[in-house]
Amino acid sequence: MAKTKVLERKPLSFAEKTFLPQIVTGLKTTFSSMLQKGVTLQYPEERPTIPDNYRGVPTLVKDPNGREKCVSCQLCEFVCPPKAIRITPGAIDAEAEPERAHVEKAPQEFDINMLRCIYCGLCQEVCPEEAIFLQDIFSLSGYSREEMINNKQKLYELGGTLPDKHFKWDKKKAAEATGNAH
Amino acid sequence: MEFLDASLPYIMPIVYAILMISVFMGLCSYSVLAERKVSSWIQGRVGPNRTRLPLIGHLPIVGNLMTGLGLFQPVADGLKFLFKEEIVPGHVNKGYYYLAPVVALAPALTTMVVLPFGRYVDAEGIIQPLVLANVDLGMLIILGISSLGVYGVVLAGWSSNSKYPFLGGVRASAQMISYELAMGLALLPVFMWSASPGYYNEAGIFVEGSRYGMSLFGVVQSQQAAWTILWQPLSALLFLVALFAETNRLPFDMAESETDLVGGFHTEYGCFKFGLFFVAEYAHIIMGSGIFVLLFLGGWNFLPWMADPWGTGILGSVLSVAWFMAKVFFMIFFFIWMRWTLPRFRYDQVMSLGWKVLLPLAVANLVFNTIIIALYDTLTR
Ligand code: SF4
Ligand code: SF4
Repeated sequence: MAKTKVLERKPLSFAEKTFLPQIVTGLKTTFSSMLQKGVTLQYPEERPTIPDNYRGVPTLVKDPNGREKCVSCQLCEFVCPPKAIRITPGAIDAEAEPERAHVEKAPQEFDINMLRCIYCGLCQEVCPEEAIFLQDIFSLSGYSREEMINNKQKLYELGGTLPDKHFKWDKKKAAEATGNAH
Repeated sequence: MEFLDASLPYIMPIVYAILMISVFMGLCSYSVLAERKVSSWIQGRVGPNRTRLPLIGHLPIVGNLMTGLGLFQPVADGLKFLFKEEIVPGHVNKGYYYLAPVVALAPALTTMVVLPFGRYVDAEGIIQPLVLANVDLGMLIILGISSLGVYGVVLAGWSSNSKYPFLGGVRASAQMISYELAMGLALLPVFMWSASPGYYNEAGIFVEGSRYGMSLFGVVQSQQAAWTILWQPLSALLFLVALFAETNRLPFDMAESETDLVGGFHTEYGCFKFGLFFVAEYAHIIMGSGIFVLLFLGGWNFLPWMADPWGTGILGSVLSVAWFMAKVFFMIFFFIWMRWTLPRFRYDQVMSLGWKVLLPLAVANLVFNTIIIALYDTLTR
C-alpha cells in the first residue's frame, strides 16, 4: 500500500491573515493576463481548423475525373439509423455516357434530411464506393424545413472531388476488355 | 436684454447642473463598457466589438478602432433596455416596485453636487474649486445622501415580494450599516489633519483651523505636498475597503451575489428599471472613486510634492480637471480590476470583517491620530 504523507498545515502568518499580500499577488496575476493576447476566435470571420476525419455534414463526392461515384446501392439509406437518406435509384444513360455505361446505376435523386441526420458516419462507413463522406462543414442553418434537406445537386456541391486513386470502374472495364473480369 | 441679465444667475446653475449630469451619466454608461472590456481582457476574451453606428462607425480607421473598442456599445445597451418588453411580475407591490430604481439612482446623482472636480484661479488670484455647490463639510452631505441609496435596494428587495430579492435587500441594509461606521471613522483623521493645526496667513499671523474649513476642496489643497495616502495608509485602506462594501462591489456584493441569490435585489426587475439599478451601481462607483481621489490621492494635484504645474488660465483649469478625471478613471479601473481578481466573501465573513476588524481598527486609527495631533499641537507651539 502506498504510504500516505500527511502534510502539516502551517498556521497563517500575520501578513497572510490580512489577505493583503495575497490580494496584491492576485491583482498582479489578473493584470498580467490582461496584457496577454485573447484566445477568442472571431467566429464568422475566423474559423477553427477542422481536424481530418471530422464528422461534419455528409456529402457526396466525385472521383478525380469528375464523375459521380455513387452507384445507388442504397446501403447507406438502409444503414442510416434515423432514416435521413432517401435515394431514388436510376440508370446511367448509355448513350450519354458510353464510358461509364458499365456501372449501370446512379442515383436519380439523393436526399439527406439534415434535420434527421445524427452525424453518426455510418453511411460513410458502409459505402462500398467511397462516395459519401462526412466532411468539415459544421454549421448548417436554414429558414425552412425544405431548405434543410440536401438534394443531390447540393450534396455534390458540398462534397466536391476527392483525390482517391482507385479508379475501380476504369480497372473493371480494362479487366473486362482483357478478358479477366475477376 | 435686461431680463436676460437678471435671470442669468438663476439659469447658469441649471445649465451647469444639466451639463454635469450629462457628463456623469455618460461616464456611467462608459464605466459599464469599461467593466465589460476589462473583464474580457482579464479573461482572455475580446469583449463587445461589433456594434457600429452608421456614418461615424464607417470612417476609415477611426471607425474600425472605435468599433473594436466597443465605443458604440453603450448606445446599443441603452436602446435595448428602453425597447425591451416591460414585464412587471404580478406579485410585486407596484408603487414601491417602481419607486425603488429611482430611489437607488437619485442619491448617487445628488451627491455629485458637492464633488469638486477641478480648480480655477479667480479674478483676485485666489484658487477656487470647480464645483456645483461649494459647501463646507461637503463630505457630510456625501456620506449622508449616498447611504440613502440603500433604501432603493431595500425597497426593491421588499416590494419584489419574493425570497431572493428580499434576502438581497436585507443583506444590503445590514452591510451598509456595518461599513458606514468604519467609513466615517476612517475619514475623520483625514479631516482632522487637513483642518489643523492652522496656517500662517498673508500677514504672517498664525490662524488656528484650516483656511478652507472642512470642505473637500480644503482637503485637496492640504495635500499639495504629500498625498494623504502616503502618510495615512491605514485610513486609506480602511476607507477603500468600506467603499467597496458601500458600493456593493465584489468582493462584498452581498446584495447581488448571483451564485446564491439569483440576481439579488434586482431579480424581479427587467428592462429600463434594471438599467437604472445598473447605472446607479456605476454612479456609486464613480462617486466613490471621486471621493477617494479627493481625499487620498491628492485630487487634481499633479504629483506628491509637485502640486500645481497647471497655469492660471482656462487651460490650467481644464488640465486640472483632466488630471483629476485621469485619477478617477484609474480608480474605476481599480474597482473593476478588483472585481475580476477576488472571489466573493461569505456573508458572515463580511459581517465579522466589518465589525471585528474594520471598526476597531478605525477607532484605533482615530485615537492614534488624535493623540499625534494633540502632541504636535502642544509641542510645536
Ligand atoms: S452513397 Fe455509397 S452506400 Fe449510398 S447509395 Fe451511393 S454507393 Fe451506395
Ligand atoms: S451520418 Fe448517420 S444519420 Fe447522417 S446520413 Fe449518414 S448514416 Fe444517416
